[in-house]
Amino acid sequence: MAAPAIALEQIDWENPEQIGLWKDAWQRFRRNPIAVLGLVIIGILVLIALLAPVMVALHLIADPLEQNVANSYASFSLKHPLGTDYLGRDLLSRVMYGARISLSLGILVQVVYLLIGGSIGLLSGYFGGRIDNLFMRFVDVWYAFPDLLFILVVMSILSPSLITLFLALGIVGWVDLARLIRGQTLSIKEKEYVEGARAAGSSPMKIILKHLLPNSLGPIIVSLTFGIPRVIFLEAVLSYLGVGIRPPTPSWGVMLQDGYQAIFSYPHQVFIPAVAIAITMLSFSFIGDGLRDALDPRMRR
Amino acid sequence: MAAPLLRVEDLRTQFFTSRGIVRAVDGVSFHINRGETVAIVGESGSGKTMTAFSILRLVPDPGRIVSGKIMFKDRDVVTMDSEEVREYRGNDVAMIFQDPMTSMNPVTKVGVQIDEAMTAHERFSIKEAAARVIPLLKQVRIPAAEQRVKDYPHQFSGGMRQRAMIAMGLSNEPELLIADEPTTALDVTVQAQIIQLLKTLNREVGAAIILITHNMALVASMCQRVIVMYSGRIVEEGPVDQIFENPQHPYTWSLLRSVPRIDVARAERLVSIRGLPPDLMRLPPGCKFHPRCRFKVERCEREEPPLAEVAPDQEARCWVLMRNVPEEKREETKAAEVSKEAAAELKQADKA
Amino acid sequence: MAAATKGAPARGALLSIKIPRGRGASLGLYIARRILWLIPVLLFVITITFFMAHLAPGSPWDKAGGRQLSASVVANLNLKYGLNQPLWVQYGKYLLNVTHMDFGLSYQYQNQTVMSIILESWPVTAVNGALAFLLIVPLGIGIGVIAALRQNTWVDFVAVGFSTFGASVPNLIIGILLIIVFSVGAYRVTGGNVFLPTGGFGLDQHLILPVITLAVLPIAFIARLTRSSTLDVLRQDYIRTAWAKGLKERLVVMKHVLKNSLIPVVTALGPTFAFLVTGSVIVESVFAIPGIGRTFVTAVQSRDYPLILATTVLFALVVALANLVVDLLYVVIDPRVRLS
Repeated sequence: MAAPAIALEQIDWENPEQIGLWKDAWQRFRRNPIAVLGLVIIGILVLIALLAPVMVALHLIADPLEQNVANSYASFSLKHPLGTDYLGRDLLSRVMYGARISLSLGILVQVVYLLIGGSIGLLSGYFGGRIDNLFMRFVDVWYAFPDLLFILVVMSILSPSLITLFLALGIVGWVDLARLIRGQTLSIKEKEYVEGARAAGSSPMKIILKHLLPNSLGPIIVSLTFGIPRVIFLEAVLSYLGVGIRPPTPSWGVMLQDGYQAIFSYPHQVFIPAVAIAITMLSFSFIGDGLRDALDPRMRR
Repeated sequence: MAAPLLRVEDLRTQFFTSRGIVRAVDGVSFHINRGETVAIVGESGSGKTMTAFSILRLVPDPGRIVSGKIMFKDRDVVTMDSEEVREYRGNDVAMIFQDPMTSMNPVTKVGVQIDEAMTAHERFSIKEAAARVIPLLKQVRIPAAEQRVKDYPHQFSGGMRQRAMIAMGLSNEPELLIADEPTTALDVTVQAQIIQLLKTLNREVGAAIILITHNMALVASMCQRVIVMYSGRIVEEGPVDQIFENPQHPYTWSLLRSVPRIDVARAERLVSIRGLPPDLMRLPPGCKFHPRCRFKVERCEREEPPLAEVAPDQEARCWVLMRNVPEEKREETKAAEVSKEAAAELKQADKA
Repeated sequence: MAAATKGAPARGALLSIKIPRGRGASLGLYIARRILWLIPVLLFVITITFFMAHLAPGSPWDKAGGRQLSASVVANLNLKYGLNQPLWVQYGKYLLNVTHMDFGLSYQYQNQTVMSIILESWPVTAVNGALAFLLIVPLGIGIGVIAALRQNTWVDFVAVGFSTFGASVPNLIIGILLIIVFSVGAYRVTGGNVFLPTGGFGLDQHLILPVITLAVLPIAFIARLTRSSTLDVLRQDYIRTAWAKGLKERLVVMKHVLKNSLIPVVTALGPTFAFLVTGSVIVESVFAIPGIGRTFVTAVQSRDYPLILATTVLFALVVALANLVVDLLYVVIDPRVRLS
């Protein structure tokens, strides 16, 4: 992710010619069939997530929480296109609701990353010196420790729920973004127009903020795009291990856990959420790769 | 005169890109005699480097030699099988590249890189090869060669690396050495030393040298014959003193016009002729130089001139020929060029 | 994926510790500094985890055994584990004990020391990890190099497809899918004659699925990196020089291409250890393997703080040591690195 960071340094937002670069990037992205495929799949998933409650209200699909123990582990049928789980709940509507949780968690946590990582990176890069040193030491330590383990520890302390999961995911994972924004801030700080602004008596911080966003937008978008599948994966693992989202909430991780119990008799129970997770994560990776290539000027002729 | 060492006949090298075919070398014929020093000059994109790569069968993908012959003595390089080519490369013909900073493997010792150039071939035994490394480094004037063989390339300066590259090139006593802009990446004083070294080696070792360059001053100081290339073709060819005296192609004339005014360091920048070299995928009809030519006539736009003899040993590809251009017209053009150049230089300085 | 975006960039940061000139003489000093640097790292991990655990709402006995314990039992337990002392005393004692490898008693298995639990489960994880590592290095590098040398052929497309898949689909999912195909599916198709076990540990076919699951992500990661670095090296001028010398293809590839393209790959071995550590947590849970990863998960599930703390420190130590070894290796294989 370092490459686009350098790449986009030259983008001047007020310059129409450089807005053309973004058009160019979109052109390149569109010419990448894999990336477009990813985008289409995610588009469909978003649609599913949005429409799931509507479809329940219209009785097109069953309620994901409605139990019918008499009809547990039912096979595929018209009423239950993907069958039912061990409590007789409709798997199709559960997997559709799971998309709601995974996608919204994935995206909301990115907002937290952006807020925390953005402000810490900005402050560290802007003030430099001791604060920056402290931050970089912290990054060193941070990178020495896998974040899944840290989240597990945090979740062992907080009692599992959607809120605590959100918190736990939010306090880890912002480091990459902070590093990225710190780097951008440092390089902008060196530019003459910041000196000029200082001399003219206006606040250099204001100037940096004004230039930071357009300069860093590309790498930030790429970083956030790769961050979403990471969060979806972490939710699945934590819920699967029983320290994430609690049943009966229909998250993909919870469904993995439920289905795994019956893997020998009813393998499709775990197969359905597993494939949903795999497809979603692959699609986000496709988009991320596509964006990175599209925004990387080394690909530019 | 005996048969030439190298005879290139109607060579065509093309690049098959997604946007179309690039005719990098388009029907080039020339010869090199034993022990001769010949310059190939032209702007970037004129096909001079690809001609050199073709001679060594080093054309990178997606490029290919499409047709023509490259006769080294009595063998055709184009039709050699891969093992024959391997034996020929570095043994019969060696090459020195433009940028000595990137042309050596950064993680292998300099001595090893010279040694393997010899052990790849059968001319020297493994023992002999090992014993030759230090004398070779001394021959290219590397001080403290005994210690330096164990150094890695990053411990060498740019000039020393180019010397080591030359040592590598000479290690198998090839009969032809191709030097592709061997000095453009070096600073001025080092450039002069490297050229001096090449001249001495040509005299002492007797290897023929093809010098590929932008720099007409270098050509004058070291070569006997010069080949001028433009858009994949030879546009003029002949003995150096004759061509410097009486260039017949307007392109050669423009190249030379700037020579006396410049110091060596700026040579490259000042070989500036109005307009851009043509897009090799969309070549103009007629003479390829006509869009940039100040002396063109109507025929130039329609019909491509052949490479024809214009004086003893001198050939040019032009309908007009400089000797037919009146003196006043030439002076006029010079003045226009100079003022234009001054403007371009100002722009350059502005950028820097 | 989780650690893929981490790990890699850290190498530069860790290498930036300043060392005076001179390679050989300063290597010892460099190692010493790097090992000293481990102390604050571990102290940081211990401190954070310790205070998080002890400041957490509720008591560790809230959930023990699933039922609420009586007040007197809780008081006894608090006495036994020293939980009635002030927090800073507990912290001090803990640090003191850690210096002689004493991590205290487990809450969950109340008569076992944390150390004995770790010593029991560690070898299981080490076997799986070592086997995975033996797959990862040759396969990852092999796939990457072959893909690069045959760029834009079907071999390359397959390799790129595999590495994209392997780097994007988490091992939790891969493990489950492997069980469905090679355990459940094979069992059904062969009528129970041929199938791979879904769980447990043994030095036999029990190893196959977990080791593959553990290895897929790192193989994909290394194959990707090797491919791109090999493609990059193939474009370098010095490769053209090697061809121009008339070297044999094998020599060009082995001596000039690989020697350069594997340098960045060595740095990827650090993150590989991180992958194996996180991987062990997931794989051992999916395949019910009694290793350290599963120990950690059960400790998390039952809030066994002494065990959580000790395993966390152990994981941090493994990853940090792996990074140290990788950085040293880097210094050894790249003559240009000057330890500064």
